[in-house]
Amino acid sequence: MWDYTDKVREHFLHPRNTGELPDANAVGEVGSLACGDALKLFLKISPQGVIEDASFQTFGCASAIASSSALTEIIKGKTVDEASAITNKDIAAYLGGLPKEKMHCSVMGEEALEAAIRNWKGLPPLEHEEEGRLVCRCFGVTENQIRKAVRENSLSTVDDVTNFTKAGGACGDCRDQIQEILDQEKGVARPLEEIRPVRGAMSNIERMQKVMKVIEEDIRPRLAQDGGNIELVDVDGRTVAVAMRGACSACRASQLTIKGLVEKTLREQVDPEITVVEA
Amino acid sequence: MAERSIVYLDNNATTRVAPEVAEIMQPLFCDLYGNASSMHSFGGQMARYVNRAREQVAELIGAQPEEIVFTSCGTESDNTAISSALETQPEKRHFITTRVEHPAVLAMGHLLENRGYEVTWLGVDSRGRLDLDELAASIRKDTALVSIMYANNETGTIFPMRDIARIVKEKGAQLHVDAVQAVGKEPIDLGELPIDYLALSGHKLHAPKGIGVLYVRRGTRFRPYLRGGHQERGRRAGTENVPYIVGLGKACELAARFMQEERVQVSALRDKLEKGLLAAIPNAIVNGDVEKRLFNTSSIAFEAVEGEALLLMMDQYGICASSGSACTSGSLEPSHVLRAMGVPFTYAHGSIRFSLSRYSTEAEIDTVLEVFPPIVKKLREISPFTRGR
Repeated sequence: MWDYTDKVREHFLHPRNTGELPDANAVGEVGSLACGDALKLFLKISPQGVIEDASFQTFGCASAIASSSALTEIIKGKTVDEASAITNKDIAAYLGGLPKEKMHCSVMGEEALEAAIRNWKGLPPLEHEEEGRLVCRCFGVTENQIRKAVRENSLSTVDDVTNFTKAGGACGDCRDQIQEILDQEKGVARPLEEIRPVRGAMSNIERMQKVMKVIEEDIRPRLAQDGGNIELVDVDGRTVAVAMRGACSACRASQLTIKGLVEKTLREQVDPEITVVEA
Repeated sequence: MAERSIVYLDNNATTRVAPEVAEIMQPLFCDLYGNASSMHSFGGQMARYVNRAREQVAELIGAQPEEIVFTSCGTESDNTAISSALETQPEKRHFITTRVEHPAVLAMGHLLENRGYEVTWLGVDSRGRLDLDELAASIRKDTALVSIMYANNETGTIFPMRDIARIVKEKGAQLHVDAVQAVGKEPIDLGELPIDYLALSGHKLHAPKGIGVLYVRRGTRFRPYLRGGHQERGRRAGTENVPYIVGLGKACELAARFMQEERVQVSALRDKLEKGLLAAIPNAIVNGDVEKRLFNTSSIAFEAVEGEALLLMMDQYGICASSGSACTSGSLEPSHVLRAMGVPFTYAHGSIRFSLSRYSTEAEIDTVLEVFPPIVKKLREISPFTRGR
């Protein structure tokens, strides 16, 4: 059971400013259902650059909902410039603190605010990989995002980084890389201005979702015509493990089916570098 | 705690100690506190209590009393069984288990991998069922042990243990069964079922926490996990936990007595809860194999909402349940069981497990049916993923 402050509980049970804002002129979206939390922030900004109104829709746990609610309360009435200076620490402080494992909820608030302001300024959403190496493939977290969280919150351990960004929180394969980044940050740090958050690289979970969808909607119906079936066993990076069932399990041509049908279809529809293996 | 009425539907996590069990344990703390291994009769008489309990446990699962080893918990039993099977067959370097086991078994599998064993992880289909052909095909000459749970703690799905045991025995491997969720709910007759090891846990069947059992089939070569004493005929060192052993014996006797009655009553309440929630809440699906399921368990996935948020809102009403969501565990991914089943992520994060017991009442179910649908509705109203708004 998490040790939430009364203020977190209060904002969770009675969230402020929920739902779409009909006359919003700025929207910022972060997270995804696959990652377990997502926040869509709506802002109504006056021509003078004052945030006149704010609202949110959030999928997530109690602290994600409370952080979203707190964010909207903090930024209402502020100018865009003032709002731009708000970080996850302000959100957590407003709520009287968050359990350290839940700090990523406040980071999500900061990122949604940044995205909404970019949207209002007419800038495209930050997307694709040019700006930073993808470190955590499970949650799609880049090196730059990790460095930013480390500096803004003075993080010193890999667990801290996981708590704030989720990076390293699933398969754990990137924990060594995170430690390297921390070691580098302990030395001389580059100025923050050079670093901009990046998102959009396909995470393991997003890839898994797409693979599931293509198998469900395309591959399985085709196999079913011959009395065959397929189960998705695992997706690890770009390696997809499947088990052939029904008529396929006894079929000596099942290797041909895996390469010729399953792998070909997934390469066409999800990612050209996918390899399919039999589990 | 103040007398807020608790609606306790989390019996797969732990159960209330039966009043009859608490009562029989009571004198064993301050009055009859002797050591069952002592030579004097004050202590030595306790061995009779322990042996009676051993008979009660054996009777519930169709075992012989000497096949029962008392341990501290289900996890110790699982760890011991796996270690023993591998240490007594050092030439065999292959271990088979499933992706949906309890962490007490999963963690041993990972440990073995690190120690150079080859581990086969059997998958399940979308209803949580094993492919028995796959099991048969995976057993090799160097397979030391197959470890498969009897019933899944998260979904209640029951594996076809008779078929599994037949396949494993035909192929000549040993079989360990984590039956922690099944004992006391499913009739188990180890006289008929050729299983080598079986783990059970007291606090899942109305005995206290801190007591478990490892069944070791007569004739199975065994290596103890805890060493340092002759207790349990050298199979588990450590002073016998007499009060808890006696309590577990009583709990097993009660389970045997009430099992048939519970199957009827508890499943009726479970079905009322499940049907009611599915009727009141759109975009909800039942996780697991609805036909072959523990009679007390219902795991339901609600689209576009998150489990921890659901639990905390229920907590306002004193309702206790569990979630397969990431956020409740501190890990950041949803339950390994739901992932192994391929439950879509849109649902997996919003899965809630209700688990009943013989103490569950119709009034408790009515409370959930009244309170829970508006909670889902409220959270969906603020979710960006709600369909058909």
